[in-house]
Amino acid sequence: MSKFEALTGNDAVATAMRQINPDVMAAYPITPQTSTVQKFADFVSDGLVDTEFVCVESEHSAMSACVGASAAGARVMTATSANGLALMWEIVYIAASNRCPIAMSLVNRALSAPINIHCDHSDVMGMRDAGWIIFFSENGQEAYDNIIQAIRIGEHPDVLLPVAVCQDGFITSHGMERVEIYEDAEVKAFVGTYRPQWPLLDLEHPKTLGPLDFYDYYYEHKRQQIEAMENAQRVILEVTGEFNKKFNRNYSLFEPYRLEDAEVAVIAVNSTAGTVKVVVDQLRDEGLKVGLLKPRLFRPFPAQELASALGHLKAVVVMDRSVSFGAMDNAGPLFLELVAALTLHGVQVPMADYVYGLGGRDILPREIERVYRDALKMAETGRVERLVTYLSVRE
Amino acid sequence: MATQPTKLTPKELSKRPERLSPGHRLCAGCGASIIVRQMLAAIDDPVVIANATGCLEVGTTIYPYTAWRVPWIHNAFENAASTISGVEAAYRSLVRQGKIPEQNVKFLAFAGDGGTYDIGIQALSGAVERGHQFLYVCYDNGAYMNTGIQRSSATPFGAHTTTSPAGKVIPGKQQFRKDLTAIMAAHNIPYVAQAAPSKWKDLMQKTRKAVNCGGAAFMNVLASCNRGWRHGTDETIELTQLAVDACYWPLYEVEDGEWRLTYKPKEKRPVEEWLKRQGRFRHVFRPENRHMIDELQAEVDLRWERLLRLCGEA
Amino acid sequence: MELKGWRDIPIGGMILEAGNAVEYLTGGWRAFRPVFGQAGCIHCMQCWLFCPDSSILVDPDNEKMVGFDLNYCKGCGICASICPVNVKIIKKAKGAGEELAQDDPRLCIRTVEEGKFEE
Repeated sequence: MSKFEALTGNDAVATAMRQINPDVMAAYPITPQTSTVQKFADFVSDGLVDTEFVCVESEHSAMSACVGASAAGARVMTATSANGLALMWEIVYIAASNRCPIAMSLVNRALSAPINIHCDHSDVMGMRDAGWIIFFSENGQEAYDNIIQAIRIGEHPDVLLPVAVCQDGFITSHGMERVEIYEDAEVKAFVGTYRPQWPLLDLEHPKTLGPLDFYDYYYEHKRQQIEAMENAQRVILEVTGEFNKKFNRNYSLFEPYRLEDAEVAVIAVNSTAGTVKVVVDQLRDEGLKVGLLKPRLFRPFPAQELASALGHLKAVVVMDRSVSFGAMDNAGPLFLELVAALTLHGVQVPMADYVYGLGGRDILPREIERVYRDALKMAETGRVERLVTYLSVRE
Repeated sequence: MATQPTKLTPKELSKRPERLSPGHRLCAGCGASIIVRQMLAAIDDPVVIANATGCLEVGTTIYPYTAWRVPWIHNAFENAASTISGVEAAYRSLVRQGKIPEQNVKFLAFAGDGGTYDIGIQALSGAVERGHQFLYVCYDNGAYMNTGIQRSSATPFGAHTTTSPAGKVIPGKQQFRKDLTAIMAAHNIPYVAQAAPSKWKDLMQKTRKAVNCGGAAFMNVLASCNRGWRHGTDETIELTQLAVDACYWPLYEVEDGEWRLTYKPKEKRPVEEWLKRQGRFRHVFRPENRHMIDELQAEVDLRWERLLRLCGEA
Repeated sequence: MELKGWRDIPIGGMILEAGNAVEYLTGGWRAFRPVFGQAGCIHCMQCWLFCPDSSILVDPDNEKMVGFDLNYCKGCGICASICPVNVKIIKKAKGAGEELAQDDPRLCIRTVEEGKFEE
């Protein structure tokens, strides 16, 4: 029987980690990830897990040790945020290209400078080309559910890629909510045993990992990574389907909320999607046909499916919690990817970008309401007044 | 697992399987490959190696070829120690859980002075502090050789490198080298040693002590580089020994905090004799630079005297 | 070696054939070659200990050094420089006022110029 517990998002993830019982965890503390590793450290010290917990001296070493352990043939997990991720950036690419199925809890926090410990998505957006599978999570429940699935997805022989599960720093990582925790045995059965195909510790078959490629082979190795990414969507749907059945959930590539008969929609990820749902309900009560599309899978980017889901709308508004400086109109990355996806799949609809919440700046229901009213105006006039709006920055 | 370790005689050692194959692309006369061959010959147990970016790594693993006949991983430049920490942690975890058998595996990290003294020092310090059971070997050739002979903190005073060139105003590297072996001894780990392939038996005995010390071990091994030092390909061993006899590279070990000199030259050679044989020091023999030889000699003597005191040999 | 497509190679840059560098013959690098001279080899195996390229051939059962692996030998000359028999012969000759050339036939290991030496 699963239990409902009052847990912060970080503690929910730590609980998942306990149930998964990875062979190795190498991690370095950084706000707001810290409570995850602290809670996990309690599990280690109390003998509740078999994990070898390596308290490394930096995030760069954390990911390096994770790569070593994963290559050795162990099931590996870690967690970080913002500048910690930035420090391990070199190795993040190596983890993906060495095909190490590491599962990471990425508690989203703004990148310095100035130093800011609060939530925004600049950290994950900086790694979107690194070759990792990336999930967004609206709340602690989703983070818990996603990280359990991440193990199966990353370790699948057609994938063999590391997986990052995001959740908003402080907002959900430290916010306490009711989380359904499944039975230990059920989670254990779901994740199963890791059967690495080419472990370094197989002494009978010594192998070399991490050679030097010249221009005659590097491209081919990258093409293999692309293949893995192409396989990933199918594998994700398979694993998610199995998870949904076993644990009575309804996950997919994204979550449509009152979208089917909507005229306009907002695209938002992580915790803000939750606030958007509240605003959608309010505006629906006023008779306005509004909806939300909440992406769950970000990498690989399900462009075709997104375009299909958004094709009937009269206006689409994206909410970005980060900026791609110097990109077209200094827009946010989610907007840029959606514009490309919709355009290339023949969806012609007025689109605008609303950048919000940088450095943990709060996003209020009335601000989201304003976004919807803008969207409805766009739908009516067919015109985009402003391509990119920076919500609630003081001029 | 060998019941009786291979006797450290050349004849017995020559019967050991070659765990580094020929066909690698290190330079003719490379000191690093000699060191690897000697050290791996001394270890009878299975080994798993993490190698930092550098000559050894690049020269032995140009895709699709590998010269390694043992499990081997290269990750990046500065993280040989953290990578092997992960491998070792995985091994301990999997053995403890009964997922793989205990096989007395020895974990080694190989890195040059670049990946150890400078960019790699954090990972090394962290790994030994955590007490992972592994041996970290620095093959010290005194510069970032693989990328074109740039200075490192291990480069000797006065040496010409491409980032500390002997120019019209500044005659080569102006700093004395870091004493990394002493830094590692200060970590109070079970075994630390300085060795050289010219004294192969000393190197091999130290290797055995290091891998069997039951904790973290560090060995700093002098690797002559004929390309970077500018000497003949056949002078590798001779010049390595000359550096040892000049007390520029003393051979000693620190075993559970006890400092012990393992080789005392019968006749301490002036460091000038070693400098004279290398093209990278050619400029210090100009009259206006000769004082640098004296300064280097003074520093070598200072460190030698200090070492003798620490080893109770003064 | 023919270049393979991305489907035909292991993923992640892994090399699964340990020590396949033996397929890459570095012997072509040589400008000089080691050759046995007249002085008898004492099978001390010092050359084996110091060869950077594992190119000293030994007969382990009879504990003898039997030759040079010319497939890989890069001609560095270290074997000749540290060979104790060579060292002895050179020292003796020096004492008698003679500087022996490295290809002198009286040595144990001679270093001869590649392409100019006839067996």
